[in-house]
Amino acid sequence: MRFSRVLAGVATVSAAALAFAGCSPAADESKTITVVYQKTDGFVALDELFQKVKPEFEAANPGITVELEPIVADEGDYATKLALMQQSAETAPDVFYEDTFRVRSDVDAGYLLNLDEYLAEWEDWEQFNDGAKEAGRADDGSVYAVPLGTDTRGIWYSKSVLEAAGVPLPWEPKSWEEILETARAVKAASPDKVAFNVYSGKPAGEGSVMQGFGMLMYGTDDTLYDAEDQKWVTGSQGFVDSLAFIETLYGEGLAPAPDVALDGSMWQKLFGEWFPGGQIAGTIEGSWSPSFWKQDGSYEWPEYVDDIGVAAFPTQNGQGDGAVSLSGGWTLAVGAQSQNPDASFDFLAMALDRENALEYNIANSQIAVRADVAEDPAYLEANPFIGFFTDLVSVTHFRPATADYPQISAEIQAATEAVMTGQMSPEEAAAAYDDAVIGIVGDENVTQ
Amino acid sequence: MVASTSALRDGAVRPSREDPNSRVGRSSRASIARFLPVVPSILLLALFMAGPVIWSITISFTNTALTGREAKDPSWVGFENYTRLLQDPGFPISVWLTVVFVIASAVIGQNALGLAIALLLGRVTRATRAIVTTIVVGAWVLPEIVAAFAAYAYFADDGTLNQLLAGIGIDGANWLYEFPMLAVILANIWRGTAFSMMVYEAALNDVPPEITEAAVIDGAGGLKRLVWVTIPMIRGSIATNLMLITLQTLAVFTLIWVMTKGGPGISSTTLPILAYQEAFKFQEIGYGSAIAVVMILIGAVFSVLYLRTIRPGRDA
Repeated sequence: MRFSRVLAGVATVSAAALAFAGCSPAADESKTITVVYQKTDGFVALDELFQKVKPEFEAANPGITVELEPIVADEGDYATKLALMQQSAETAPDVFYEDTFRVRSDVDAGYLLNLDEYLAEWEDWEQFNDGAKEAGRADDGSVYAVPLGTDTRGIWYSKSVLEAAGVPLPWEPKSWEEILETARAVKAASPDKVAFNVYSGKPAGEGSVMQGFGMLMYGTDDTLYDAEDQKWVTGSQGFVDSLAFIETLYGEGLAPAPDVALDGSMWQKLFGEWFPGGQIAGTIEGSWSPSFWKQDGSYEWPEYVDDIGVAAFPTQNGQGDGAVSLSGGWTLAVGAQSQNPDASFDFLAMALDRENALEYNIANSQIAVRADVAEDPAYLEANPFIGFFTDLVSVTHFRPATADYPQISAEIQAATEAVMTGQMSPEEAAAAYDDAVIGIVGDENVTQ
Repeated sequence: MVASTSALRDGAVRPSREDPNSRVGRSSRASIARFLPVVPSILLLALFMAGPVIWSITISFTNTALTGREAKDPSWVGFENYTRLLQDPGFPISVWLTVVFVIASAVIGQNALGLAIALLLGRVTRATRAIVTTIVVGAWVLPEIVAAFAAYAYFADDGTLNQLLAGIGIDGANWLYEFPMLAVILANIWRGTAFSMMVYEAALNDVPPEITEAAVIDGAGGLKRLVWVTIPMIRGSIATNLMLITLQTLAVFTLIWVMTKGGPGISSTTLPILAYQEAFKFQEIGYGSAIAVVMILIGAVFSVLYLRTIRPGRDA
C-alpha cells in the first residue's frame, strides 16, 4: 500500500542517516593526528614545513598518520574557522597554528593543552629565549604554546622614490612630524604615488594594530594597557594623537586612498606591485617583508636588496628610546581535546627542532627564537635586513597579554577605520573606543 | 459578503465537520492517514528550521563567545545583549540601512521592474521575449557568490562601469566607496528582478482575456486597465511576491559582503553584516544572535503588513 511504501522510505532514510552518523572513525582517532594551519598565496612557508615533516614523522612513528588541513583564509577568518572547529571534539585539531595574541584568550576558552610536562622533558626547550618562553604562557603560569619565531616592525622605504622627491638618504625620521614632511614632499613630487602607508581599518585585521595604530600608540607618552595595575587605559591623549596622525595621513591623501586601503588584500598590492613598480615611498611593515621578494617568494623581486631601505619607526616627538617596534609571532599548540596528545606534541617538537626551525625562519624571514638558529650563519646571511630587525628587539613592545585583547584589538581597528574614512573625528573615535572597552572588560578594569 | 466568502472557503477546506452524516471514527482515522505523509517533512522542518531559530533566540540571552572564558562557561545574561544593542550608536544606522536596502532594492526595484518587464513581454515578438528573458534570468541563475563578484567587478573603481563611462569621456565615481548603498541596491535589483518577472508573467497569463477585452470595450485606456483591472486581478501574486523578495532581501549577505564588506566604515552595514561582524569577527556569538533575532522580528513585521493589507480575501 501507499503508506507502507512511504514508511519504508522513511525507515530507509533514517537507517542510512544512522549508519552515516556511526561512520565517524572513533576507533582510529588516536592513530591520526590532524594539523590545522593557515595557508595563503602569500604564505606557504608553513605548508612547506609541514609537507616536509609529515613523511619524516610518519616514518619515525609507524602506524600514525598525519593529516594536514590547511585553511585558506586571512588571519581573521582563520581564527574564526579555528575557533569554530574547536567547538566539537570531532573537529578539533590535534596540532594547530596559533597567533601569540590569541593564546591567553583561547587557553581561557579551554582550547589549548597544558604543555608543562612535555616541555620539562624536551631537551630543545632550553634553546628558546625567554621572550619566546613567555609568549606561550597563560595567566595560570603554565606554557600552552611554542613559538615558531617572532617579528619586529619598522619603516621600509623605496630609495628610488625618495630620491626622486629630493629626500636625502638614508632616510631616518626622528619624529612623526618628519614622516609627514617627507610624505608631503613625495606627494608634491609625484601626486599619483602612495607617500606613506600606515595600515588602518577592519579589513587589514590585526595588521591595523601591529603595523599601524600600535606603532604610533607605543611611541606616545601614554599606553594602551597598564600592565602593573592590570587595567586598560581610556581617555588618553596618546590615543587621540595616534588617531589624529592616521587622520592626517589619509585626509591629506598621503596614505593609499581609503577605498584601496579598505580592501583586505592591499598588502599583496603593496609587496607585489607598489614597491617593485616604484609606486610607494614608504610603509610600516614587518621583518618578514623579504620573504615575499626573495627568490621563489610570492612576489619575487631580486632588486629589493638595492632599492629598499629600512629605518626604525620614531616615537611621537623622538622621546624615550627614539624608536619603537612591536613584536608578535605565531606558535604551534596542541588541542586540549586531542585523542593522542603524546604523538601531537612529538609532531610539534619535530616541526620546531633545530633544522626545521632554521629552514622555516629563513623561508618566512622570521626573527629566530632558538639560540642555536639565531647564531647560524645561514640564518644571518638569509637576507640583508635580518640584522637590523633583530636589533629592533631592544626597543620592541609586546601586545597586552590578556584574554580580552583580541576583542579590544577589533575595537581599535574599528576606531582607525572610522577616522581614515572621516566618519568620526579622532576625539569621537577615541570616545567610542573607551565605551567599547568598558563594555568588554567592565568599569573596574579601566583606568583614566 | 465578507462572511459568506470566508464561510465558503472554510467549508471547502473542511467539509467533514459540517457533514452530520460522517462517522467520527472513520473521519479521524482518515485525517491521521492523511497527516502521516507530511510527518517526515514536519520533523525535518522542526529539526532544521525551528531548531536553529530556537537555538539562536536562546543563545541571544547568554554571553556565549568563540574565545575567552565565555567560550567555556557561557552564562545567562538576560536582556543585556538587547540593551547593549539599543545603546550601540551603529544599530539604528544599521536598521535604517536595512530598511532602505529592502524597500529600494526589493519592494520598489525588483517588484516594479519585474512587473514592468512582465507587462511589456506580453506585447513583444517571441524572439524579443526569448532574448530579454534570457538576459534577465541570467543574473538569477548565477550562484550568489558569482553574481556578487560580477557586481563587484562592474562597480569597482577600475571596473566595467567606469571603463564604459571613460569611453564616452566621463570620469566615473568610485561607486563602492562613495555610493556603497546605491551600488549594492542596483546590484540586488539586477540579481533579483528575474524572480519577480517570472512570478508576474505567470500571474498575467491567468488574467482572463475576456475581462481585459470588456474593459477595452468600456473605453478603459492602458493605464486605467492596469490600475483597475490587471493589478487587482493579480493582487495575490503581488502579495506573495512581495513577501518572498522582502524576506530574501532582508537576508542578503554575500552580495554586500563581497562588494563592500559593509564599508566604508559602516555605510553599508545592514543587519546581516552587523550580525556576522559581531558574531564571527568580534567573536561574540551571543550578541550576534541578538541581532539575528531582531532581523526575525523585522521580517515578521513586513510579513504581517503584507498579509493584512494586500492579500485577497480580506476585504474583496
